[in-house]
Amino acid sequence: MFKKLLLILIMVTFAASAFAVKNKNSIQVKGSDTMVNLGQAWAEKYMEINAGDFAAVTGGGSGTGLSSLISGTCDIAMSSRNIKEKEIALAKQKGIDPNEIKVALDGLAVIVNPDNPISKLTLAQLADIFTGRVTNWKEIGGKDEKIVVLSREVNSGTHVYFKEHVLRKNDSNSKEEFAPTALMLSSSQAIADEVAGNPSAIGYYGMGYVSKKQKALAIAKDGKLEYESPIIENVINGKYPISRPLFLYTNGVPGGLVKKFVDFILSKEGQNIVLATDFVPVK
Amino acid sequence: MRKLKELIIEKVILICGLASIFFVVLIFLFLLKEGLAVFKIVSPFKFLFGKSWYPISEPPQLGILPLVLGSLLVTVGAVIISIPIGVGCAIYIAEIAPLKIKEALKTGIELLTAIPSVVLGFIGMVTLVPLAKNIFHIPTGLTALSGSIMLAFMAMPTIVSIAEDALYSVPKTYKEGALALGATHWQAIWRVMLPAASSGILAAVMLGIGRVIGETMAVMMITGNAAVIPSSILAPVRTLTATIAAEMGEAVVGSEHYFALFAIGIVLFVISFAINVTADLFLHKRQ
Repeated sequence: MFKKLLLILIMVTFAASAFAVKNKNSIQVKGSDTMVNLGQAWAEKYMEINAGDFAAVTGGGSGTGLSSLISGTCDIAMSSRNIKEKEIALAKQKGIDPNEIKVALDGLAVIVNPDNPISKLTLAQLADIFTGRVTNWKEIGGKDEKIVVLSREVNSGTHVYFKEHVLRKNDSNSKEEFAPTALMLSSSQAIADEVAGNPSAIGYYGMGYVSKKQKALAIAKDGKLEYESPIIENVINGKYPISRPLFLYTNGVPGGLVKKFVDFILSKEGQNIVLATDFVPVK
Repeated sequence: MRKLKELIIEKVILICGLASIFFVVLIFLFLLKEGLAVFKIVSPFKFLFGKSWYPISEPPQLGILPLVLGSLLVTVGAVIISIPIGVGCAIYIAEIAPLKIKEALKTGIELLTAIPSVVLGFIGMVTLVPLAKNIFHIPTGLTALSGSIMLAFMAMPTIVSIAEDALYSVPKTYKEGALALGATHWQAIWRVMLPAASSGILAAVMLGIGRVIGETMAVMMITGNAAVIPSSILAPVRTLTATIAAEMGEAVVGSEHYFALFAIGIVLFVISFAINVTADLFLHKRQ
């Protein structure tokens, strides 16, 4: 009796999983951790309007999303960086044609503990801190404490963007790297938690993650320019120096359900959600 | 008819038995195939003893020495913590505890195995990490020591249950003989029981180490993951396992980075294989 029950249970599970794969009304969205909250907000509103459609949003990092798109396990990849040449080549090999859609802008906030007296830095000082040339807060006018540098893991688009635009100052010949002593944390939330509890820590992430437990620094391109805070107006008018576009990647020009979802994102309603989740709309 | 049935069942069981070996061989071949490709790009010497791990730079720097040392440091720390407690616990359960306490302790230890490592990691992150930071006045509590303490919890059940088994299987006459010669209870345990069970206890320790070195989730959450050669146990480290787990999602299939991660897999495989074989040798010596 028990065996029979078990058998039926197993068969039902298999049938259900087969059915889930075939369900045409669902799309899988995967990628950038920075964009997970945004993606989920989009999906919720979208499913509210289009009852019966289903969009599942998961994180994991831009690289994770793009490699899922390439291997065909998701329909839309969210990415906080441009797709790499290597990834395009690999996608072509597998018969996937990555199509880029710019959906929002994001200011990268550099955050410290609210107890830290430092409240503004230049890009050059940031580069010094994150590459490990400056290791004590007193060297840049703070307390006599060792700087604990926090970074995202290498699978994060934020990590790559910060390295290319802050550490290497957009110079493709530059060989600057994150200091080997930098702690690599696996999510933006982990960085937020560590900064909230550690007065000597410094980290970076999308400005949507900043809360009262962290202090976002004002950043200047160089000593002569004004220090600007990571707020929405400063990202739109381009004054805040560390901001970047956020992308969706689809396989070819989107059609069917994917197109419906992307159109919704680019609609006024979708872009209002962008604003509501502390990102900057593109339209 | 009955004979046929017997025969079929026998064959099925034979296949089941061979399946595990078959799978191990397949996994090992796959690891070798994917991992050895990295040595077209870096020499094995540079891979094992290189001091920088920047896998996504151009050109990538693929030196895993900081990762190997990170794994070793966390493991050694965990072993130093878990051996005295684990073996002590085993002695208490096997030799001293009254029946009721014995049962309770055994259940408790089995429960410890049932806690998923991600849960232990999370508990460590919110309790142990701030505690370590405050006690030692270090810049961050995400250190090798935090990882070691958490891993010690994971190694304990293995060490206790196997060491207890080893003590239990020492013939009763040994202990009775010692007591008859006028030894105290402790002397009998220390001088007679422990040496008699030593190979089993060593095997227990080796299997505990094997459990620790392969552990991933908890260490990834609480050791800080900085790929730097650790200067002390109070510094952040990055382990081999955490590197694979954290970076596998990003690695473009067929890239240097991807091959390097599989090569790390080979290194881990070799380490745990060596540990298991050593444990096996000790166990067989006992029999």
